[in-house]
Amino acid sequence: MTAAARRAEIVVNPIACVAHGVCAELFPERITLDEWGYPIIDPRPVPEHLLEHARRAVAACPTLALLVRDAARR
Amino acid sequence: MTTTLDPPVPQTAAGALPRLLPSVPVRTLAEHLAHFGPAPRPHHGLVDEVEAAGLQGRGGAGFPTAVKMRAVAGGRRPVVVANGTEGEPASAKDRALLSAAPHLVLDGVVAAAEAVGAAEAIVCVERSAVGVIRVVEHALAERRAARVDRIAVRVEATPDRYVAGEASALVHWLNGGDAKPTFVATHLSDKGVGGRPTLVDNVETLAHVALIARHGAAWFRNVGTASDPGSALVTISGAASRPGVYEVPLGVSLGTVLWAAGADAARTPAVLVGGYFGTWIPGAQIDGVTLDGASLGRVGAAFGCGAIAVLPSGRCGLAEAARIARWLAGENAGQCGPCMFGLPAIAAAMDALVAGEPSGGAEQDLRRWLGLVKGRGACKHPDGAARFVESSLRVFRDEIIVHRGRRRPCPDTTPLLPTPAPGPWR
Repeated sequence: MTAAARRAEIVVNPIACVAHGVCAELFPERITLDEWGYPIIDPRPVPEHLLEHARRAVAACPTLALLVRDAARR
Repeated sequence: MTTTLDPPVPQTAAGALPRLLPSVPVRTLAEHLAHFGPAPRPHHGLVDEVEAAGLQGRGGAGFPTAVKMRAVAGGRRPVVVANGTEGEPASAKDRALLSAAPHLVLDGVVAAAEAVGAAEAIVCVERSAVGVIRVVEHALAERRAARVDRIAVRVEATPDRYVAGEASALVHWLNGGDAKPTFVATHLSDKGVGGRPTLVDNVETLAHVALIARHGAAWFRNVGTASDPGSALVTISGAASRPGVYEVPLGVSLGTVLWAAGADAARTPAVLVGGYFGTWIPGAQIDGVTLDGASLGRVGAAFGCGAIAVLPSGRCGLAEAARIARWLAGENAGQCGPCMFGLPAIAAAMDALVAGEPSGGAEQDLRRWLGLVKGRGACKHPDGAARFVESSLRVFRDEIIVHRGRRRPCPDTTPLLPTPAPGPWR
């Protein structure tokens, strides 16, 4: 896999997020919920073997508040 | 309210103050030209000059102005936004400057616009500052009649909200939305007002640009320190016999500025530096602190927007901090969960500390929540509020214990800092 893929990170748009919590269910390796139900994202890059989980969580977010992006971008 | 600092602040001929803030308002174009000298001719080297001057933004973040200018320069039809919204209740310097030297700010707006290739600029002033808006409108009308500018400049009266002056919030409002921060996937320098590259600079910053365009970078550096060059406006409020807006050289001692404003550094329990996102400096630590990034950083503080509030002797700092924390919670934009729920929770725990809640649970909750809200908003409102509360917990440690034990009566809890009622978002 490419270097870019290995440097993938998850980002939440905090305005779009309304605390459905689906992401934490689908990607508990990197996402937990705070006491109000909003996701706390582990800032470490997502390793390749977890990328599929990350993408599933992104796709399942009802408000499209979650994204996976290349960490090098910012 | 607008006054300048008398000696003992050093005043050499080259570094004479005031630079920006005349002691008597300079409002007509003729008075302005007589006081500040002829308007600078447009020159393409201005961004380089601003870089050489080392000018840092005076709105609070202190970002290098030349970097921001470069980011929009050469973009397609850029726009300049002069930010004079001043939602910070402890600050009055932007309004004082606009009121005392409107043409200097407008010279800076025009010079910055010309330097980055913008043909349009917008001066934003908060709606409640009716008198200031009138002064700026009048100055603009005079410039139009005299045909001094090739840039189209207009004034917009913005909503009176704390976060409305945040750059993305301001741009969102100018684009017809609520004055609330946005989650920006692209930078405002690429896509701002009307989708065009947008430079948002504080009005004081732009006034400095006007003077750098006139006198150059070397002149600018005649006052200030090597890493924080130039002068800056500060607003002194609270326990001071001469509160108001002062122009000081960066690097001046905090004690000197307090002395000039008639505040007693030896008697104050603490001063709040940097406004409501700022840091308390205990009275015992004031000696030796100078108003520059390095010195303030050593006591965990930052210059911010230059708002300095002096807590009166005997006043309960904890109660004051709780009141400000409550106000900051009310000023969240209702957009991001951690801020929306975290700040009211933090404010309630601060109230519990003031009430002397005996278990210590409130402090534990506070530590957790302060960690939870930081970096989890679309803007830095939760981070700023958390920094203020953390500083309050550190500096008013003794008060927390006194309140808990109730071993002696609660000191004076008269409110000090203003907590204006929230206005509409549009």
